[in-house]
Amino acid sequence: MSRIRSIALLISLALSCALFLLMAGAASFADEPPVSTAQGLEAWQQVYSVLTHPRCINCHTATHYPQQGDDRHRHFANVVRGPGNTGVPGLNCASCHQKANADSTGVPGGNGWHLAPLSMKWQDENDQPLSSVMVCRSLKDRSKNHNLDGPGLLKHHEEEPLVHWAWNPGRRPDGSIRTLPPLTHEEFVAATKRWVEAGMPCPTGK
Amino acid sequence: MATYRLNVNGRQREVTTDPSTPLLWVLRDELKMTGTKYGCGISACGACTVHLDGVATRSCVVPVSMIDDRPIVTIEGIGADPVGRAVQNAWIDKDVVQCGYCQSGQIMSAVALLKNTSNPTDVNIEESMGGNLCRCATYVRIREAIKSAAKQVK
Amino acid sequence: MTSHSKTLSLNRRTFLRVSSVAAGGLVVSLYFDRSVRGQEGQPQPQSQPPQKVYPPDAFIRITSDGNIVIQVNRLEFGQGVHTALPMVLADELDAEWSHVVAELAPASDVYKDPLFGIQMVGGSGSIAHSFQQYRELGAKTRAMLVAAAASKWNVSPAQCRTEASVVFGPGAQKASYAELASDAARQPVPQKVQLKNPSEFRLIGKPVRRLDSKPKCNGSTKFGLDLDLPGMKVAVVAHPPVFGGKVKSFDDKEARAIDGVRDVFQIPVNVGGTGVAVVADKFWPAKQARDLLKIEWDLSGVQAADTSELLTHYRQLATTTGNVAVTRGDEKALEKIPTTNRIVADFEFPYLAHAPMEPLNTTVRFDGDRAETWAGSQFQTFDQMAIAEVLGLTPERVTFHTEMAGGGFGRRAVTDSHIQREAAVIAKRMRGTPVKLIWTREDDVQGGYYRPMHVHRVEVGVGPDGLPAAWRHVVVGQSILAGTPFASFLIKNGVDGTAVEGAADAPYVIPNFHVSVHHPTVNVPVLWWRSVGHTHTAFVMETLVDELATRAKMDPITYRRKLLKPDSHKLRRTLDLLETKTANWRLPRGRAKGIACHECFDTGVACAVDVSIENKRPKIYRATVAVDCGMAVNPLTIESQFQAGLGFGLIQLVSGGAITLKNGRVEQRNFDGYTPPYIIDAPVDVDVHIVPSTDAPTGCGEPPVPVISPAVVNALAKLTGKRYRTLPLVNI
Repeated sequence: MSRIRSIALLISLALSCALFLLMAGAASFADEPPVSTAQGLEAWQQVYSVLTHPRCINCHTATHYPQQGDDRHRHFANVVRGPGNTGVPGLNCASCHQKANADSTGVPGGNGWHLAPLSMKWQDENDQPLSSVMVCRSLKDRSKNHNLDGPGLLKHHEEEPLVHWAWNPGRRPDGSIRTLPPLTHEEFVAATKRWVEAGMPCPTGK
Repeated sequence: MATYRLNVNGRQREVTTDPSTPLLWVLRDELKMTGTKYGCGISACGACTVHLDGVATRSCVVPVSMIDDRPIVTIEGIGADPVGRAVQNAWIDKDVVQCGYCQSGQIMSAVALLKNTSNPTDVNIEESMGGNLCRCATYVRIREAIKSAAKQVK
Repeated sequence: MTSHSKTLSLNRRTFLRVSSVAAGGLVVSLYFDRSVRGQEGQPQPQSQPPQKVYPPDAFIRITSDGNIVIQVNRLEFGQGVHTALPMVLADELDAEWSHVVAELAPASDVYKDPLFGIQMVGGSGSIAHSFQQYRELGAKTRAMLVAAAASKWNVSPAQCRTEASVVFGPGAQKASYAELASDAARQPVPQKVQLKNPSEFRLIGKPVRRLDSKPKCNGSTKFGLDLDLPGMKVAVVAHPPVFGGKVKSFDDKEARAIDGVRDVFQIPVNVGGTGVAVVADKFWPAKQARDLLKIEWDLSGVQAADTSELLTHYRQLATTTGNVAVTRGDEKALEKIPTTNRIVADFEFPYLAHAPMEPLNTTVRFDGDRAETWAGSQFQTFDQMAIAEVLGLTPERVTFHTEMAGGGFGRRAVTDSHIQREAAVIAKRMRGTPVKLIWTREDDVQGGYYRPMHVHRVEVGVGPDGLPAAWRHVVVGQSILAGTPFASFLIKNGVDGTAVEGAADAPYVIPNFHVSVHHPTVNVPVLWWRSVGHTHTAFVMETLVDELATRAKMDPITYRRKLLKPDSHKLRRTLDLLETKTANWRLPRGRAKGIACHECFDTGVACAVDVSIENKRPKIYRATVAVDCGMAVNPLTIESQFQAGLGFGLIQLVSGGAITLKNGRVEQRNFDGYTPPYIIDAPVDVDVHIVPSTDAPTGCGEPPVPVISPAVVNALAKLTGKRYRTLPLVNI
């Protein structure tokens, strides 16, 4: 009789452990239901809306030059990409852009100001933004994105100083503040998170 | 107002000024060094080019508060550098200047190019000098002078 | 009379003479000597240059250590006069060139342009007008030095010779100019003097390097903007956003709180407007304070010019005949030519800012009974008079220093002297304190005084030989001279010659030829811009002529030879030389040759360019230029003017080369919006060939500018098959 009770005890212990583990696992998503593909795609569209905003896309060009302004015109003074994405000797990004915004003179700044590499271009060579599908694929492509996985991308969006800059872009020479992306940084990070948790789905089509 | 200790052409200089003052105006109005020029104030023309820690920098847009201890070299001091001297001599030999107002900046940019690229191609020259405006358009002789200086520097 | 009052009365007479000459017979620019054909038969006003005896030492100072200091009677702003005129004088003087020091002369009667009677630079006239003058100065001074030596040695001057600042006697006698200088100054100034035979020139005609290179390369040249005086203050002015607007009210509380701000007050500005001046210890606080001003503007009663409205209006005007500049042959000839043999071409040109590299500035100190001023001025006489007027002084009480200028292109020659007037008004209030007025680049780009906007409509009837048989040309554009002292005698029959020069007097044989012009009144101040009317007329003429050549299946040079007047010697010579120098051009696919020729300011120019299209922009690999400017005084300077002048002219083509207005406000602010050519836009190589000549020298400052735009566009037309008649080029 005691043997049956021991076995029953063991089984109930195992079951409670399993249940506990199950509940513990569920507790990390305790307030959030699992992210569906549809929700992930919707989150992606939000991320895409930020990536293609001028504060971000102006440095993710497919050409040998950056852009500037909300109308995304070619950066003045013929500044060019250069072999290391930091300009050329005599005309580096750092020739004007310092570690922080210079509001008194209207030049934006951030740590290590540079162009995103061509592998991270989000435009075509006619300066038109690439489609949502293409940017999504490009973002996930570890051969192009410095080998970042989902959590890596999330961390990049959360912590990278030049990403932060987009939400503190400083004043133009005329004193006006540069326009901000359509989401706050927190919303952007949250959308990225949802997208990653959905398995980084990309829209279909072109 | 704040006080800054700046390293200008190898000398320690102290200035007291508004932190937002661009380095250009610190050089010109505080230190009375007028070789570095005001052409536009928005870094579009390069007349204000100095070297900041070895990097060609447009001083009209860099507030003095961001300089820290990075050494500054201006047109008044570039002649102490052999590449600087070669460029200045080439500029004189090729009779580059017309009004001359942009040439401090042109020379500082050209020196930055040549210190980095000893045998620049036409494309190198166009790219590195591409943001230096000359309203007299002395560009043909600027190219010639850079090529000539490159030979001298070897 | 005391000598003091005698001096005053002499100066007053000179002052009056200047004004009456200005009002009655002064010719402002050499091109007016070539009468616009419509006025043929009317005698040209013969303006006799006032008889002046120049005291040589007003131009030359020989110092005890042997330096020969030569005063240059006009502004150096890049064109090379600081070297060229001293060269001329030094050659006749037999001065040792390495001893020569050039200075920019202050404002004074003796430094007036011998032809125009005012101290000025413009119209490409520096060499053309002062060549003879400086030769004589050099020769007279030499004669006086020789006379002094001869007297000392008891020999005759004919027995002496000079070389490298030394007089040599018949025996072993020799004396340096420095040693002889004070004796020479006591010699009578010879009335007549023997000039050198050109074969004796040692400097003239040689490629002599500029005297001002070294200091411009080591940062030591002081431009007007670099001036620093004890106790000096800096002023900036907030100008109305629409020309002629006025301050209704302003709040300067925040502005005055900036450390270093001394005063803030309203002042009159140009074209009847008012603005707000900020005076501070230095530039940066002045600028910061100005940015903090809260100004309410009264813009009532001033026209709000708008580019698109103006274009509509101008296009409409261009379809009607304006004030006739020239007419010959049969006015109805065009209608007699079948429409299949007619071309109708409409051209549009925007406003252009000069935007010299050194922003505009002037320093004035007012001391109550006199004043002192420093400026890189192209118009010392006018500017001095204006400052005097504002301060209630006579001009000779205003000591006027001419500073080295960072470019000008015409922008520093303004008959209303508006910069000087602003500075004087501020200096008056800050009595005793030197005030440096600085216009920021934004002030400059938005401040007006542009090359006017133009529309041309040309109807050409092509004859059976492929040459134009009839030509009807309407030009629309503001008059530059209207409202200036030159208007009363230089605008004839409602035609401002500066709007039609290069078209009305075109060197082409066109039997039935009719050019007329409309001068709308627009609330935008306008000004001569390097080569003035030729900037747009040459484009029209040379692109149309090229189009006609293509139509006639003729080589463009051959076509022009057929069409040119027989006596267009300079253009014929340059075309011949150009043809020789470009005969071996073999251009690969994707590159085309374009040519253009134009004569202005008495200098003939022919230009060929080798062009491709790269990144949607014209890329100019090479330009070859042939020039006939008479005797070449300094071929190195001439080469420089053409190599660079072509690049300057390209602002008409680059996409950022336009000033536009919307609702009265200039839309561009700085070089980010008004973008001149950078190195990538300029030709890579330019070879310049000067036609050998012994004719009197003519100018090279402006002649490079008109030819480059049509030459490049003629090449583009070959590449794309398109015609480009609206500038700047936006879609190639």
